[in-house]
Amino acid sequence: MEAARIYERLKESFADEILEISDRKPDSFAVVAPEAIVRVGLFLYDDPDCAMDCLSNETGVDYKEHIEVVYHLFSYKHRHSCVLKVKLPRDNPSVETVEEIWRSANWMEREIFDLLGVTFTGHSDLRRILMPEDWPGYPLRKDFVEPLEYHGISTVRESPIIRLDQKKK
Amino acid sequence: MPLLNTIPDYVLTTKTDELINWMRKSSLWYMLFGLACCAIELMHTGGPRSDIERFGATPRASARQSDLMIIAGTLTLKMALRTRLLYDQMPDPKYIISMGSCSNCGGLFQLAYSVCDGVDKILPVDVYVPGCPPRPEALTEGLLKLQEKIMSERWLARDRAAAATQA
Repeated sequence: MEAARIYERLKESFADEILEISDRKPDSFAVVAPEAIVRVGLFLYDDPDCAMDCLSNETGVDYKEHIEVVYHLFSYKHRHSCVLKVKLPRDNPSVETVEEIWRSANWMEREIFDLLGVTFTGHSDLRRILMPEDWPGYPLRKDFVEPLEYHGISTVRESPIIRLDQKKK
Repeated sequence: MPLLNTIPDYVLTTKTDELINWMRKSSLWYMLFGLACCAIELMHTGGPRSDIERFGATPRASARQSDLMIIAGTLTLKMALRTRLLYDQMPDPKYIISMGSCSNCGGLFQLAYSVCDGVDKILPVDVYVPGCPPRPEALTEGLLKLQEKIMSERWLARDRAAAATQA
């Protein structure tokens, strides 16, 4: 099934909870209301014509005005895919976990939490996955300022090999 | 000299420091430890083509049995703390070769938030090997340079000086 057809089906079933449908190339997407993401996910998973049995990627983006969580879904049965997005406020972003639907969401949501600070409610093990446990802040946020030192290790090189206008703070 | 003529052929004479240094440089056991892509070249260097075991360097899987630590790869800040822990576990005398741009100065990732800009921020480095990654020949050269450095050490003089300051 075409991705546009999948979004139409979603619109039929969820109406107002599908906030926006974009046909932008190469990846069209549908913006889903944050509180509906688990129901939409379950529908796509259970519906025999969609059968989205694989969450191939889940990631996050900081757009300065808001933070987005992006779900790339794929169906091994029908060989089709679609993209869902959730827009969250920048301060205290929080969305329900889809770990119960696709188990692979576990680590990907931990990564989004680690780098962007999105809280996934209901997640079974929401800890940092890449950065050290005691790391300050969320490094992929646009307003992240790198600390001058970490455990006494200076993060500034006295004679840098790379010179950019935008220096480290 | 009459004395030398009386010594049989199978007896060699040398200086104590040189003997100690020669033994140390001929069994530089390095820790089996790699951080990123440089570790692949490190494995090649230990493999049959470069074979640094010719020079007495063989990998050991424990920090407590190692004399040499080759920092092979990008050192992240998270790994830096663990690397320092491993270094502290090595018995003296211990040496460090910094292998590749990343461990020399942060390299390509120097501006990244998560990367330690050079292993010399946390540990004393003996030999820097440039390259991204250095070829096995370059690392072998680095090992030979370290052996030269070891041969110039003066253990007895240092120990006497330390004893004099204590007394």
